[in-house]
Amino acid sequence: MKRRIFLASGAALALMPASAFALTTGEARVLVDKVVTDINQVIASGKSINGMVRDFEGIFKRHADVAWIAGSALGPDARRMSASQRNQYVSAFTKYISGKYGRRFNEFKGGKIVVQNAKKEKNYFRVETVADLPGQSPFAVDFLVSNRTGKNLFFDLIVEGISLRLSEKSEIGAMLDKRGGDLDALIADLRKFG
Amino acid sequence: MLYEDEKNSWINLNTLDAHLMSTGRKIVAFAAVLSLTACASSRPAVTSDIHDPYEDANRNVHAFNLALDRNIVRPLSRGYGTAIPEGGRQVVSNVAEHLGLPADILNNVLQGDLRNAGNNTARFVVNTVFGVFGTGDMATGMGIPLRKTDFGETFHVWGAGEGAYVELPVFGPSTSRDTVGTVLDFALDPVSIVLPRPESYVGTAATFADQLGNRYDFADAVDSVLYESADSYAQARILYLQNRRFELGVTVEASDVDPFSDPFADPFAQ
Repeated sequence: MKRRIFLASGAALALMPASAFALTTGEARVLVDKVVTDINQVIASGKSINGMVRDFEGIFKRHADVAWIAGSALGPDARRMSASQRNQYVSAFTKYISGKYGRRFNEFKGGKIVVQNAKKEKNYFRVETVADLPGQSPFAVDFLVSNRTGKNLFFDLIVEGISLRLSEKSEIGAMLDKRGGDLDALIADLRKFG
Repeated sequence: MLYEDEKNSWINLNTLDAHLMSTGRKIVAFAAVLSLTACASSRPAVTSDIHDPYEDANRNVHAFNLALDRNIVRPLSRGYGTAIPEGGRQVVSNVAEHLGLPADILNNVLQGDLRNAGNNTARFVVNTVFGVFGTGDMATGMGIPLRKTDFGETFHVWGAGEGAYVELPVFGPSTSRDTVGTVLDFALDPVSIVLPRPESYVGTAATFADQLGNRYDFADAVDSVLYESADSYAQARILYLQNRRFELGVTVEASDVDPFSDPFADPFAQ
């Protein structure tokens, strides 16, 4: 039933004039500029790892389509979640992902991210940036941006070809398998990572 | 082995890229060419799906690699990282990269990539002369960056598909194609062939030490993959394959096989 509504709204979306599909390359770039400015601030802040993790969680909540990333990482199992499970899962996933990747920003100290280029791909935008860290060769970090929720948000982060979404899909899948497919156990354990 | 430049790896997966083999080069090279012919003729198309028919065997190797890392490589890397200051490790890294350049140039040429062959040749000359036999790196500052390549990439350029995912003992994640490439990287390394013994071991030793340095510098990232993942084998596999395909410029079409890749589709819709 719900699926039909979802398909219908998808069709309606496709029929909308291009102007309603508001996101442009320029706007995608504006979003990533904001994200990158925020990230660079965190890197330069000299905060403790825990402080950085909290800041990163804020950036993630403000600028990322967290619900989509969480659901997409879970795959087909997302569809058998109740509304309350879904809310708990998205919030636990946000904590998990912020902790895991926020800690990584410790390695970014003294470095910065610079936005290079933005281009349209299928129904989303790819904004290419370069991370320049001391003592390392610069490396590519791409932000994929969509406006599914009506806001411009990034829905994947690709570091030297490694997609956060695909890597987490593998990891979340493994975590769920280890817990015998028990979604509540998965949610409880994800929360501990935060 | 994983990255264009090992030093830039955010997450360095290589357990240890040590050039351990030195004997039986020609025999090994011959066998490698034979098995390449086999893998070039199959050539499956690359999708985002993982082709891992040897998963059981690979998982056994992974368990071995984890034990190797835990008991030998990681402790050794800590000793190396603590004993040798960053400046010293940088010199070792420079030497390893420098002595790898002739092999890079050979592969650039085999790939028909004369631009990068020229770049790497210029780099070799500049760093030999002004970098005191490659101990320093003047070239990067002069706009001549390292364009790392390998036989695996050459086979890719020649049209060989990546084949199956393979986890190699000691070397870690690879594919059928890149396994053959790695064997040839040793067997046909110009520096090891041209230099007399024991000088020919300098590059191998430097590479070995450089890998320990990388294991030390990226300890947190490597540890998080190897020891904090729910399934470290699967994590290493997905990280390696994505990065290797990126490195080789292989584009992967995900949306056709993965309904959860459309950023406008609600993944929770029932």
